[in-house]
Amino acid sequence: MPVFVSVPTLLRSYTQDSKRVQAQGTTVREVVDDLERRYPGIRSRLMDVQQLHRFVNLYLNDEDIRFLDNLDTVVADRDELTILPAVAGGAR
Amino acid sequence: MLIISRALLDAAMTHAQQQHPLEACGVMPGRQGTDRPSRWVPMVNHAGSQTFFQFEPREQLRVWREMDAQQEEPVVIYHSHTASDAYPSRADIDFANEPHTHYLILSTASGCEYPVRSYRIANGQVIEESLRIVDVDTRAA
Repeated sequence: MPVFVSVPTLLRSYTQDSKRVQAQGTTVREVVDDLERRYPGIRSRLMDVQQLHRFVNLYLNDEDIRFLDNLDTVVADRDELTILPAVAGGAR
Repeated sequence: MLIISRALLDAAMTHAQQQHPLEACGVMPGRQGTDRPSRWVPMVNHAGSQTFFQFEPREQLRVWREMDAQQEEPVVIYHSHTASDAYPSRADIDFANEPHTHYLILSTASGCEYPVRSYRIANGQVIEESLRIVDVDTRAA
């Protein structure tokens, strides 16, 4: 059951420069686990053991997974998962 | 070196002045590989803060998808510092996640001697670059 994952510039060093890759899983967490199997090291850029990093956003189709069931959100065949690191900073 | 049209720079600076004392932020997309920003997209500062900015996540998703569809990339990402120099803070360096982007910082602090400065930021390293402001957009069609 493939899910299509859109990879941001910063993480393309893990995916041999691919901006869109496939992964398998029935939940977002399983998809991330599968990404880690295919592209070792990528998971720690997205999450720690339990949860998504605060400044990483994951969208399933157009929905922020934080407003769904977070990492337990169920994914369907051919869903689109978009990884988008926050753009942030400032003087402090 | 960042080459930028006066019109784009003026738009960003006006945005920064209008938002002052809150930090303003935005992006200037350009065609992939050209290294020249071609349009200006002001973004909502989701943090609504005088010392921090964050692109509003859903707006960012929309703009990033739009860029993708038009074979563009974020050539420039800008934000303002409203009470300090136009130099990257620790947070600016930690959050910089686009290795090909020119990070433009605009200072609206009163008496700031150099209010517009541009940087490359990658892997914790900051490299200031020169800035060339062009009056007429001379890009090849």
